[in-house]
This record gives sequence, C-alpha cells and structure tokens, in this order.
Amino acid sequence: MRAEPHAPLPIPTPRAGGATPVRASLMITCLGDALFPRVGVAAVEVLSRLGVAVDFPGGQTCCGQPAYNAGHAAAARSAARAFLQAFAASEYVISISGSCAAMVRDGFPRLFAGRPEQEAAAALAARTFEFSEFLVDVLGVEALPVARRGAATLHHSCHTRRLLGVVEQPERLLGMVEGLEYRPLAHPELCCGFGGTFAVKMARISTAMVDEKVDGVLETGVDLLVGLDMSCLMNIEGRLRRRGHALEVRHLAEVLAAGWRE
Amino acid sequence: MAGVSAASRRQASAESGGSTNAASRRQSSAASRRAFDERAERALGDPALQQVLRAGQDYVQALSVAARAAPDWPLALDEVARVRGATLARLDRYVEEFASNVEKVGGHVFFAADAAEARRHVVDLAELRGVRLVVKSKSMVTEEIGLNPVLEAAGIEVVETDLGEFIVQLAGERPFHILKPAIHLPLDRIRALFSKAAGRDVGGDAHAMTRYARDTLRDKFFAADMGISGANFGVAATGSVVLVTNEGNGRMVTTLPRTHVVVMGVERLVPTFPDLEAILKVLPRAGVGLRATTYVTALTGPRRAGEADGPEELHVVIVDNGRSRMLGSKYEQVLSCIRCGACLDVCPVYRKIGGHAYDAVYTGPIGAVFSPLLDGLACHAELPFASSLCGACTEVCSARIPLAELIRELREDAVEQGLVAPAWGAGFDGFAAVARRPRLWGALETVALPLLRLMTAVGAPLRGRGPLGAWTRDREFPAPQRGSFRALWARGPARRDGPDDRGGPLGRERGRG
Repeated sequence: MRAEPHAPLPIPTPRAGGATPVRASLMITCLGDALFPRVGVAAVEVLSRLGVAVDFPGGQTCCGQPAYNAGHAAAARSAARAFLQAFAASEYVISISGSCAAMVRDGFPRLFAGRPEQEAAAALAARTFEFSEFLVDVLGVEALPVARRGAATLHHSCHTRRLLGVVEQPERLLGMVEGLEYRPLAHPELCCGFGGTFAVKMARISTAMVDEKVDGVLETGVDLLVGLDMSCLMNIEGRLRRRGHALEVRHLAEVLAAGWRE
Repeated sequence: MAGVSAASRRQASAESGGSTNAASRRQSSAASRRAFDERAERALGDPALQQVLRAGQDYVQALSVAARAAPDWPLALDEVARVRGATLARLDRYVEEFASNVEKVGGHVFFAADAAEARRHVVDLAELRGVRLVVKSKSMVTEEIGLNPVLEAAGIEVVETDLGEFIVQLAGERPFHILKPAIHLPLDRIRALFSKAAGRDVGGDAHAMTRYARDTLRDKFFAADMGISGANFGVAATGSVVLVTNEGNGRMVTTLPRTHVVVMGVERLVPTFPDLEAILKVLPRAGVGLRATTYVTALTGPRRAGEADGPEELHVVIVDNGRSRMLGSKYEQVLSCIRCGACLDVCPVYRKIGGHAYDAVYTGPIGAVFSPLLDGLACHAELPFASSLCGACTEVCSARIPLAELIRELREDAVEQGLVAPAWGAGFDGFAAVARRPRLWGALETVALPLLRLMTAVGAPLRGRGPLGAWTRDREFPAPQRGSFRALWARGPARRDGPDDRGGPLGRERGRG
C-alpha cells in the first residue's frame, strides 16, 4: 500500500499528456481537506499520470452542502458564493466526493436561481465532475495499468448515483484493475444513513441504516470497500471500526494510485 | 400512541388562536420531535417489525423489477407527470366540469373547505337517513378527515371492508402504509385479532382467515345502509368516479347500500378517460408490481331506471383541506401524487421506522412532504428531517414529483419559521463566515487538526461527546492525518518552483498561468 492513512505522500508534478493537456482543478471538499488529504493526493496522482494538469485553487473551502441540505439557505449561499469565485477560472473541476459535485451541479443552480450569480453557477455546474465520471466520460479511459489482488465491493453513494447519474463509471474503472474481483452489494441502492446533519439529528435511525449497509458489505466477503464519496465512506468505516472490523475502506482514487504500475 | 399526537397538537395550536409566537412554536415542535424519536426508537427496537419492514420492501422490489426494467417505463412516468401537471394547471376548470357532470348524471356534490366541514356533511347525510351501519372501502382521505370516530360517536357502526383496513380497524391502529395498511402485522397477530372478533379460533391458515373476513364482511355489505368510498380518480368529462381495487369489496360498498358517499381530495381528477389510462398503466405496476389490478370500477351516477343494481343516491364530497393552498406554491407538484406508495417501498428511513413512527395519515417520503403541508409544518416539523435526502423516492416516483427536493425545501421553511433550534442557524452562520475566508479556514485547520488527531489517538473523548456526539456514539471518528490537504499542497514539488516557497499552509493556486 502506498497510500497510508497517516503518512502524507509527496504530490507528483503533473505530466504533460499531449500538445494541449487537459487542465483541471481538484475540488478537495471540506471533509477531504481536513480529514482525508491522502485521497486528494491519490486523485492528483492518478490524474497526473493520465496527463491532466491539476491545480488546486486555494480559495476553496466548503461548497455549502451541509447548510443547504439542512435548510439553512442563506449560510449555504454565502459559502457557495466564495466557492464559485474560487473555481471561476477552472477549465474542469474534479470532485473526490459525488455529493459535493452534485451540490455544484444540482444545488448551485437552485441556490442562485434568479440571482446575479445564476450564470456563473450554471457555467460551473457544466464544468464540474465527480472523479470516476471525469475519468470515464471526459478522459475516455478504457484501460489502466493498475493491479491489485483480492475482492472489492463498491458503495455507489446516493447523490453520485441519483443526482449525477454516475453508476457504471466506477464499476468500469474497478473492472480495469487487474487481479481485482468486483462483487456488487445485494442492495447497492440503499443509503448508508449518513445524509449530512441527518446522521446527527436522527442518529439512531442513521445507525440502523449504516448497520444494514455494513452487514451488506460484510456479506460479500470482500477485503476492500471502495467508494466515491468520503462522507459516506467515513460513515460506513466508522461503523465498521466500532463493530470491530478491520476491512480496508478506500476511495477509488486511492485504489488506482496505489496499484498503478509503471 | 405515546407522546403528543399530531391531532392534539393541531387542536392545541387552533385553541391558542394559531399563536405566531416563535418560541412556543419551537417548543411544540421540540415536543413533537421527542415523541417522534420515541416512536422511531420503539420501531428500531422491535426485531420482528424490522424483519417485516425489510422483507416487505424487498418483496415489492422484487415484484417491481420487471415492470421498472420495461423500456417504456420512463415514458409512462413522464406521461403520468404530464397528465397530472396539466390537470393541476387548470384544476378550477376540471373541478367545475366534474361537479356539473356528477350532478347531470344524478349525483350530489358538496365542497368541503376543511376536514370539519367534510365530517359534518357525511355525518349529517348518515343521520338524516337513519343510517345504522356504514361499510367503507379503502380511503386515505377519510383517514385524513378523521371520519370514522365521528360516525361512531353518532352511534353508527363503521366497518372497513378492505382486508388490510379491516385488520387495522380490529387492531385499533392507523394504516401503516398508504397502500398496504396491515403490512406490518404478522399472521399470528391477525389470527388473534380475527379470533377475538369471532369469539372462536379462526385457525392459522391464511385461507381460513380470509374466509372468516369474507363471511363477516358479506353480511355487513348486505346489512349496510350507507357505503363510503374514496376515489382513485374522478373523470371530469363524464363525472365518473374511478376506483382501483383488488378485492372486489369496492364494488360491494358502492353498489349494495342505498346511499353511496364518495369522499375525495379536490386534486384527484383527470380530464378524460384517455388521461386516466396513462395513470392506470403505471399505478398497479408501481404500487404492487402487477401489470394490472383486479378491478377498475368507473361509477357514473346512481342507479338509473331499469338498472339492476347501484345505490339510490350518490353523494360526492370534494375535500380541499389545505390543498388549494398548495396549488401555485412551490409544493404544487405534491398534488400530482397518484398514491401508488412506491416511495414508501424504497425509502431507507421508512424501511427502519415504518409507518406509525410518522404519526401522520400520509407516511414515508410523500407523507414527509404532504403531512406538514396539510396539518401545518409546526405539527410535523420533524418529518422533513426524517430523511437522508438519498433521493430514492424521487427516482421511483410515478408522477415524477421531486420528493427529496421538496423535503429539503420544507427544511428551509422550518428554519425560516423558527422551528429549528437556533443553535443550528448560529452554527451554520459561523461555518459560512469561516468558509468565506480561505486563509482563516486554513489557519483553523492548522490549529484544530493536530488537536483532533490527539483526541482520536486517545479515543475516548470523541465518543458520544461534543456536537458530533450523536454520530460518534455508534461510530469511530477517523483519525486525521498530520495536516490538511491545502497544507500538503503548499509543500508540494511544484510549489517549490514558485516565487514564494515558504508560504506555509496557505499556498495560492498551483499549476496556473
């Protein structure tokens, strides 16, 4: 494993992929920035190896999703406005979290409807992608020099699946990993119970939901759970650990970065 | 029912003259929230119920898979949404057309502005005719207006004849599911209920139990002097009332008693029969995974001269009860609902807490939107928050209602109306103030992350304490890395190539220009 949870990795210099390399900005998300830098590092590594020139707009903090989903529209708009500015010059914005990408694509246009930022919000929405979606749909990745032994299952994440319509992309990417067997969950469509403030406001219900998700993951008998959204993964992993399971939990970018063979 | 019921809260709010005092509203919503938590925890702590809920959803899902995989399914849903949307856009016209056509074929129409008016009218109809026994076919709107208790208080026996409703009536409960009212009750409980009513053991065999229900209900059908039904839809062009049923009880209720009373929501109209067809293509498949329902009954007026059966009188009670308030509002689409129940069958929250936890007539995702709109948000302020916004309801909705988005909208209303604890607003305002200032954000990370790392290393301090206590009570908080990503990026190789390589954690953009 190259991506250890506590060891910061050096960030590779982007390699030029052609005459006009794709330029993209990493959207690390507030949770990723604070708690999962390793995922950002892995995403930058994978994108760089695919010839994408990655930058990191330092003005980014939080897209405002937690406030937006909790009904605090003014606070959400205030955070989102700063976020719009941070990525104003980006060609592409790549998020390591499906729900944060969905916030930009689905939430921003609602949040700024009929306001001066409406156009900028629509333009940013059109340039924003979830990580696996960007690899498959924008870069057209069909094969990867990635290997890893074992069996993995995938949590699709509700907003990635339903608000972005990203379902097959991560499955295809996992299918490109040599030596890795993909075992789908029996109930891939079920929410893990996170839901932002829902996990705090309705904690007991949320725990019952994540317990069923954890049961489903364990039933597959895999040694790796892969996801596309660190909030869902944090929730599932947090419950797995509390229940005493050491099952490895990784963002897809980490799996690809760690298994990359030159 | 433990805690404060929505009905009593409604009454209290009415008695206090609809007080606009934010503090008292918040207090009442906090009490209702506690009652909700109690009901939810009771459901979560009931292993038999948990099993029933999972199995129930999985069963319907398995049945619906084929229907939903059909290539024309999305188009069929689009068509339902179109028909419903077009109807709502001109609802005033269709209501008028429907009412005048009902009267043309010999029926009587009564417009009830609210639940009380609707109840009073039906009770008056019954009392004037000396009715002693009412048979009912399944109707959510009669649940909504609280009809049965009022009829019973007037000394009238009321018998629910839909098998599921018959069971929950014997159990003294409210429907657990808008389409499958008794889905939560296991067979042995139903056996006990039937045996108690029969005064003998009806046996444990499902057929024997059904036989008991049929025999009992048959006598009631013949003895009843009034039949009360809902309406799946009214057809404006003909004044017909359409019922979609599986058991045949709807036909008995609407044809055998002398008087037939239809109670329907004002929005439940379609312009024409071809419009109805679009809905009937979807309703049984979405609701129970069947391509067709057993009975589709279109009733046009009471019995005419020379006809063999049918009621002598037909009364149609059209209930508003807050619906016209939703028309033209940002929640108008909720009136498109065709009551298929599909959103309940996919909702992961309903899967855990079931119907009774909602303490509302309409439950699940549609109930989380419709119940607060009907009864007032203060009566059900917790319901829009009883959702992870996973969007399964929106995905499956037969009428393309953006349920998850409407749930989120209601949260905004709850915040605006002061129904959410002020600490949340203050917290998010503070959060936004920091989020607007990337340098401050980065500086706070530099301070907070090592502390958080230390706390997670020690373990215990984060368990069940602090603002995230409810989350960490059941889950391990992830140990942060040594610093934030932005700090890491600022130290990256390309950064060293930049003009300022000692910028610390607040590095500017890299790879630009």
